[in-house]
Amino acid sequence: MSATRILDEDEIRRAVTRIAHEIVERNHGAEDVVLVGIANRGDDLARRLAREIERIEGQAPPVGVLDITFYRDDIGMRAEAPEVHETRIDVDITGRVVVLVDDVLYTGRTIRAAMDALVDLGRPRAIQLAVLVDRGHRELPIRADSVGKNVPTRRDEVVRVCLRELDGEDAVYVEEPAGEPGGSA
Amino acid sequence: MNKHLLSINDLTAEDVLRILDTAESFREVGTRVIKKVPALRGRTVVNLFYENSTRTRISFELAAKRLSADVINFTTSGTSVAKGESLKDTALTLQAMGADAIVIRHASSGAPLTLTRWVRGSVLNAGDGTHEHPTQALLDLYTMRDRLGRLEGLRVAIVGDVLHSRVARSLSFGLVKMGAEVTLVGPPTLIPPEAPTWGVAVSYDLEAVLPKLDVCYLLRIQRERQRQRFFPSLREYSRLYGLTRERVGMLPEGCLIMHPGPMNRGVEIESDVADLPQAVMEEQVTNGIAIRMALLYLLLGGKAEGVGGDA
Repeated sequence: MSATRILDEDEIRRAVTRIAHEIVERNHGAEDVVLVGIANRGDDLARRLAREIERIEGQAPPVGVLDITFYRDDIGMRAEAPEVHETRIDVDITGRVVVLVDDVLYTGRTIRAAMDALVDLGRPRAIQLAVLVDRGHRELPIRADSVGKNVPTRRDEVVRVCLRELDGEDAVYVEEPAGEPGGSA
Repeated sequence: MNKHLLSINDLTAEDVLRILDTAESFREVGTRVIKKVPALRGRTVVNLFYENSTRTRISFELAAKRLSADVINFTTSGTSVAKGESLKDTALTLQAMGADAIVIRHASSGAPLTLTRWVRGSVLNAGDGTHEHPTQALLDLYTMRDRLGRLEGLRVAIVGDVLHSRVARSLSFGLVKMGAEVTLVGPPTLIPPEAPTWGVAVSYDLEAVLPKLDVCYLLRIQRERQRQRFFPSLREYSRLYGLTRERVGMLPEGCLIMHPGPMNRGVEIESDVADLPQAVMEEQVTNGIAIRMALLYLLLGGKAEGVGGDA
């Protein structure tokens, strides 16, 4: 398997800074904003965005973490029940602008599940989406409001996001499957 | 994990931790305004209760409903069972209706195991005879870990009628599996002779055990046992083995008092003691829903086998 690095540490840092500015600009400040990261890695990105927004605006928005396992559309299609992570949003999201944060936007099914999960927790005034990498191949009518980098990929490639908090380094790789191109992964 | 949950001994220590960790997420769901997630939408769970147990049945019912499964309560009075239908025919009927899971409570030890031979779905043992009650043990393990931060090395006394108690058996097996130190306490007539083979200690002297405990777990004394001559009188039982105010004073600080319910206030536990802050019976009930959600999710969240052809 060969891996190409498409984002390094500095590029990730700049992307996070730009997305933070975009969030503040789009919402005329960050007063009503709640950042909700999708576990895993989305929550780490959300915390980084909160720190950047604090630098810009002087105050950090609240950060929550959302687990979407119970809302997946493929439960019962996999051999084993998918592993469950923690959901923790300590503020009431009703009436606020929730910015969903995830590492990779792909089919859009995760975001669909995340929106279902959110509306069970309250009624946000708006839901926005910020992702580090958009790799295309949407299966649902979903788009991101802020994107760190658009990366054209083939379906059989794997986009691997590494973050210091979990993986010890900041980098994004595109990995090609072993064997002839087009073979199933 | 197995497809069924019949005994704590079906689970590895790793399985137990996975169940407890999954329950942690489900407990959060119980704190929401909308206490429901769509994880098991379209699945059918049958509560098949041959013995009365409102608490366990309601707990399973709530757990299944909070996962968006459809729940059918099949109790024995006023149904085909009262008309003489056999367990096998009831099982085949439920199977034909497409039950994905059957939660069974039965007076005969081994009935859940027998049921697995006739149905394709998952079978969950909600208490069988004097054999096991694994979901109670798991919710107790969860409560202990939640309150005390660990299971390994915990010193737990299980006090009372161990002989007839499926709760005591399942909990002993579970605690020993997780590395806790268990002491069974009660009159010699109510301690099973094979208990030492479970890897537990036995004591007939409650007051000697109390000062060295992290958890004091009391079992319900069933009044009919006195008629069966297992002990002379309820009063004598309370005098020797009841947890009184005075005996609570002998427990180390931070020691939990637990009971699977329903309690006999004034028999195995003094009424005041049941209302102390270290008595966590209500938490046990709340945690029971989360544990049962976790089990239903882990057993049914994979590929559907209960419906359709043989998988």
